[in-house]
Amino acid sequence: MQKFDLAADGLRQLNATLHSLKGKTNMTAWEIVNPKGAHAIAAGVDAPVEITVRGSTGYYCAGMNKQATIRIKGSAGPGVAENMMSGTVIIDGNASQYAGATGRGGLLVIKGNASSRCGVSMKGIDIVVHGNIGHMSAFMAQSGNLVVLGDAGDALGDSLYEARLFVRGSVKSLGADCIEKEMRPEHLALLAELLKRGEADGKAKPEEFKRYGSARKLYNFNIDNAAAY
Amino acid sequence: MSDFPHTPPRYSATFTPAVNAEIRRAAASGIYDIRGGGTKRHLPHFDDLLFLGASISRYPLEGYREKCATDVWLGTRFAKKPIHLDIPVTIAGMSFGALSGPAKEALGRGASEAGTSTTTGDGGMTEEERGHSRTLVYQYLPSRYGMNPDDLRRADAIEVVVGQGAKPGGGGMLLGQKISDRVAMMRNLPKGIDQRSACRHPDWTGPDDLEIKIMELREITDWEKPIYVKVGGARPYYDTALAVKAGADVVVLDGMQGGTAATQDVFIEHVGMPILACIPLAVKALQDLGMHRKVQLIVSGGIRTGADVAKAMALGADAVAIGTAALIALGDNDPKLEAEYQKLQTTADAYDDWHEGKDPAGITTQDPELFKRFDPVLGGRRLKNYLKVMTLEAQTIARACGKNHLHNLEPEDLCSLTIEAAAMAGVPLAGTSWIPGRNAGY
Repeated sequence: MQKFDLAADGLRQLNATLHSLKGKTNMTAWEIVNPKGAHAIAAGVDAPVEITVRGSTGYYCAGMNKQATIRIKGSAGPGVAENMMSGTVIIDGNASQYAGATGRGGLLVIKGNASSRCGVSMKGIDIVVHGNIGHMSAFMAQSGNLVVLGDAGDALGDSLYEARLFVRGSVKSLGADCIEKEMRPEHLALLAELLKRGEADGKAKPEEFKRYGSARKLYNFNIDNAAAY
Repeated sequence: MSDFPHTPPRYSATFTPAVNAEIRRAAASGIYDIRGGGTKRHLPHFDDLLFLGASISRYPLEGYREKCATDVWLGTRFAKKPIHLDIPVTIAGMSFGALSGPAKEALGRGASEAGTSTTTGDGGMTEEERGHSRTLVYQYLPSRYGMNPDDLRRADAIEVVVGQGAKPGGGGMLLGQKISDRVAMMRNLPKGIDQRSACRHPDWTGPDDLEIKIMELREITDWEKPIYVKVGGARPYYDTALAVKAGADVVVLDGMQGGTAATQDVFIEHVGMPILACIPLAVKALQDLGMHRKVQLIVSGGIRTGADVAKAMALGADAVAIGTAALIALGDNDPKLEAEYQKLQTTADAYDDWHEGKDPAGITTQDPELFKRFDPVLGGRRLKNYLKVMTLEAQTIARACGKNHLHNLEPEDLCSLTIEAAAMAGVPLAGTSWIPGRNAGY
């Protein structure tokens, strides 16, 4: 286990060290102590390593992550795992706004609640939230899956494209062009797999969820839909 | 019947035939007019400024003997690897999607041969432009189409796009007819649907967040790349100051003459300020912060000639960017294609339906049959020629003003033909020492 004291050695040294791991390395386990809410911790990592952050992080922790598994033993600030490409990010606590924004791949697990705009503009990432999510989540979501064991706030899935949204609890309101959709066997199977990967299979069953997706009415502009914009 | 003559028909200056035609078009179609390009209205512009040239009080440089340098460094504030360009005329961001792959290749070829940079757009980085661009600026846009850390790292600079001159405050739009399989794949969206690009970034809001976002991008790229911040000409003093505060290496300022691939005509014509009015405010912000020439300023929007380049630089810009002019150099709107423009119910030099993807010149299209017409090698050569001519023109003017580098041009080299331009540019009305709004009392 490689240990890095962020308070002592600084963010630049941390990220430069992690970036140098590209390709094959036998230093596959890392522990970061004293994060103290610093921004951009472990941003831009591109190596199959396991990183544990002992504490809470600021903005953009694990931004653009590739391959790495990053565990945050605390809460995460805005934009955690933004534009993630692959790998896994697991947050033991809560996540602030824009968690997983524009993520293109990999898995983001939030064991607490996520704030507004969770999964905004997501492009292929899978997100599993054990708690609730805030308003405008999955805004303009393009693809990927968002699983929420708790409740969703206002305007879920506004203007979304082909992302699949699964919510177990209540949805305060649906955004423009977002509708409830039929849960078919393939969705239940997908959900079972996502719950398992998201370390939530003991907490909820696929049958307890509802599926939401795009009505596809705003895909090509029509003046008679103008009130929806 | 009276013998008195009839009152002759008189057109309204308010309800002109063009205005009435637009009312009828809106009534018939139920949709606002969408088009490409920049504003078409008459605006105070660089044409309203003149250089004074040398005289007894200052002497010129010999045209063919004394050097007038044109190079520019960009990104010297924080980046470990700042960019050095041979000429201060860069190619502005234009998306793959809006433009064809061969057109992007031609931009890269022409810019590289002329010693300058080209810029990606709202659609990700293509091999055509990365492969053919010696210096490539990678745009970081609200849509994040195609965004990934590998392309960030193989870019030479990163441009965080907050806005653009054609539509400050507006997002993007690529209509379904231009969404080919390749464009759809690069943007992770279904083929054939209208692609809306958000107007705000998904994971930051305001200058304090922007500072953290820029820091993240620097961390991901190990502080190597210059980071530009691009803004539309809305509130240039404050936008420039806030971009500097947020940590930008370079501010890119785009006036309302700057083009777009597709936006509502009402937006293009009624939002934003002309570049002439924007430059002095941005320069003042940099000067007030002690950052003029330390954070570089690139300006764009209606740059057409070496005279425009020289005037923008005399007002304090470090470099300029061209978009529409580059497309015309490639062959866009060429009267040789008039018969085809007529079929589209338009005419050469007025064609602006770039969003429809039917461009007879094969530039603003994703139709393989149309873009086969465009030769990227020839297009690149034409762009290189044009960039060289602009540079020579700017040098000619600078030498006449006694300057051995384009960056030595200054507002004192200029006068204005109109009161409006004098007020906006902050240079005296020709024949007077009057700068409206500055030295009150005249």
